[in-house]
Amino acid sequence: MTDTTTAPAPRRRINLHVLGPILALVALIVLGASLNSNFLGYGNVTNVLARSAFIGIIAVGMTFVITAGGIDLSVGSMAAFVAGVMIMAMNALIPVLGIGVPLVAAGMVVALIAGCAAGFMNGFLIAKIRIEAFIVTLGSMGIYRSLTTWLADGGTLSLDFEARGFYRPVYYDGLWGVSWPIIVFAVVAILGELVMRHTPFGRHCAALGANEQVARYSAIKVDRLRMGTYVLLGVLVGLATIMYVPRLGSASGSTGVLWELEAIAAVIIGGTVLKGGFGRVWGTVIGVLILSLIDNILNLASIVSPYLNGAIQGVIVILAVVLQRESKSAE
Amino acid sequence: MSKVLQAVGVKRRFGPIQVLHGVDFDLTAGEVHALIGENGAGKSTMMKILGGYLGASDGQLLLDGQPVTFRDQKQAEAEGILMVHQEFNLALQLSVEQNIFLGREKKRGPFLDHAAMQEEARALLARLDCHIDPRTRVQDLSVPNRQMVEIARALGRNARVLIMDEPTAVLTNRETDTLLTQIDRLRASGTAILYTSHKLDEIRRIADKVTVLRDGHHILTREAEGFTEDAMAEAMVGRELSGLFPAKAQPKDEVVLKVENLTVPGRVHDASFELRRGEVLGFAGLVGAGRTELMEGIVGLRPATGRVTVMGKPLKSASVLAAREAGLVYLTEDRKDKGLLLGKNLTENLTLLALDRFGTLRIDKPAEDAALTKAIADFDIRVNDRDMLAGSLSGGNQQKLLLAKTMLAEPQIVIIDEPTRGIDIGTKQQIYEFIAQLAASGKSVIVVSSELPEIIGLAGRVMVMGRGHIAGELTGTQITEDRILRLAMGVTDDQKETA
Repeated sequence: MTDTTTAPAPRRRINLHVLGPILALVALIVLGASLNSNFLGYGNVTNVLARSAFIGIIAVGMTFVITAGGIDLSVGSMAAFVAGVMIMAMNALIPVLGIGVPLVAAGMVVALIAGCAAGFMNGFLIAKIRIEAFIVTLGSMGIYRSLTTWLADGGTLSLDFEARGFYRPVYYDGLWGVSWPIIVFAVVAILGELVMRHTPFGRHCAALGANEQVARYSAIKVDRLRMGTYVLLGVLVGLATIMYVPRLGSASGSTGVLWELEAIAAVIIGGTVLKGGFGRVWGTVIGVLILSLIDNILNLASIVSPYLNGAIQGVIVILAVVLQRESKSAE
Repeated sequence: MSKVLQAVGVKRRFGPIQVLHGVDFDLTAGEVHALIGENGAGKSTMMKILGGYLGASDGQLLLDGQPVTFRDQKQAEAEGILMVHQEFNLALQLSVEQNIFLGREKKRGPFLDHAAMQEEARALLARLDCHIDPRTRVQDLSVPNRQMVEIARALGRNARVLIMDEPTAVLTNRETDTLLTQIDRLRASGTAILYTSHKLDEIRRIADKVTVLRDGHHILTREAEGFTEDAMAEAMVGRELSGLFPAKAQPKDEVVLKVENLTVPGRVHDASFELRRGEVLGFAGLVGAGRTELMEGIVGLRPATGRVTVMGKPLKSASVLAAREAGLVYLTEDRKDKGLLLGKNLTENLTLLALDRFGTLRIDKPAEDAALTKAIADFDIRVNDRDMLAGSLSGGNQQKLLLAKTMLAEPQIVIIDEPTRGIDIGTKQQIYEFIAQLAASGKSVIVVSSELPEIIGLAGRVMVMGRGHIAGELTGTQITEDRILRLAMGVTDDQKETA
């Protein structure tokens, strides 16, 4: 009998909710182009996209975790840890494999396994031992960060100079003028969007985030699903690290600091609901681009100090949530 | 007697949909005025307008004869108009006492006066014969007790007008008796009461006046005296209701489900029973007897020990998925919290249980869409719009959607827990018809229900539970209210040993 009390939501507002992030992105691009003629140049665009790729790949995974009602604060530390382990493994394998494709491939496998294992640890503690995600990942954030510092003995872990030279193209080269990180990010984003919208896994994540009880009563293996989202995120952190290591060839206790917050911010700006139940990967991609464009524009144009970058990003995040809430109440 | 609150020609529309078409309704001090109608008839909207939760699109509210417009429910509350909600408005993390005094805490100086509030909370609950500790957190209470807290909260505010939205939907018979006694007392002390319920016998017992709504139209208002349940039902539905229950089918001999020594720790002890093909088996008992827990134990929703055999094969892993694959599904009693995703659309809800039938890697959206079309037709789900949210459906239509969702898994055995809770009589009849058809088509059904007429009307065999045990089994003509209640309450009876 309460049927009609919440009935038809005006279409226009929902569309605005969908269009919001896109409009913001377009506005930023127009603003950037009007402030600096180099903004839309090949160099700058490539630079912005390549730098977005790390956070972007992680944020796609974060979208699934948040949609399923979870959170992961450890991804920045995890990236540093995975990078450290990868570099140490590659350095150790040089005598065996020599400098070449097998070494890089081995390093990539190590990174993916390390990411997978780290994600599994988080997922296991959250889904099986039933500790709150916030607590678990707050703990593992500290653990991975400090393990990295310990592995580096307080300093920096550097990849062997020659190996670095061989590995560098993975960051700097690409296909048809598009660098590898951008290609990988694009592939991850497209696959992520397909998985979210068109597979049972994506549908189940949304169901779990919306109401765990209903998911359980609907024959969804809730524990396994939740663990799956953290493992997926861990693997994507590993993938992001594979793209990141060749850029600098080193890892330290300060690698990936605050990446987790940037990733979460991107997810929220994109329109995914922080409490779970609804997520969209394309929104996250736009969120990532918005965040890196703000950084880029502040650096290119000298109107506002680049030191205010964080403040502006913060305002955007809060605004995004306010807009989300308004469209919620419209429903 | 004076009219405290009157609605004159009240209309309400939500977007393009007109929900109330000029309804007149009045509440008199010291009188219980029942508002009845099918789900979707506009009762909730009417109550919300009277309680200040919604404004009227047209028409007038009169308070003590003076025109009044409530800005929000707070203003209505300040005038002594209180609403007891069907969906609880309780803060689960807070204690009973904190809930009862929420927003009007008693203070001594700058500090809360816990002792006084606890004392008064205890007294209010005692009036309702509900002996729970006011310091208990609401989340640890059973559903009926939560309802009592909700009512105690209204009592504590000395209401002049009390609006009760199906207060007994979740109460047992004994709790209902207590509540009705309280309502009698409130009436005697001059409170004007609006009462709604789908249980027409309660209306007969408690109401002085009855108003019937149908599709947002005011059908009639009359003295309750001499208004029979049949006449009420006919006025609500607008057509004659003959034979609420369809004929019972004869079960086959084949045993499709065998449960042996099933124990759910702390809830169910050593339950054993069998279910045959084409059978409708009833499970009766008081609230808290362990019926739901037993069923949840069988399908793997709760940790349980014992043996479950489906169609001759033991059900190995205790998971809902394994049960579903074996052809056994459970339809929860709690459709809002466990059955449906209220914030998602119809399609996503419909296919959630059987999503693997729509593609393992990629969901076949056209097939999903076709499934929704079929479900809407097969189950007569009344939707305004195919893209609407499940939470916007009326209770009866939600239940139909839940049925459709469950049947999409193509089960052989369906366990339906409280198939018609909070549902109007017309929809009830449809659901009864559907259960009978299922059995006739060779499926097997277990019906768990607290409504005895439902059990008696549907089931060919009834298991009665009491305090976590199967207290007895009744078949054919043995199935009477009296015998079920005796078994359920553990009254010594020669039937007891037949389990």
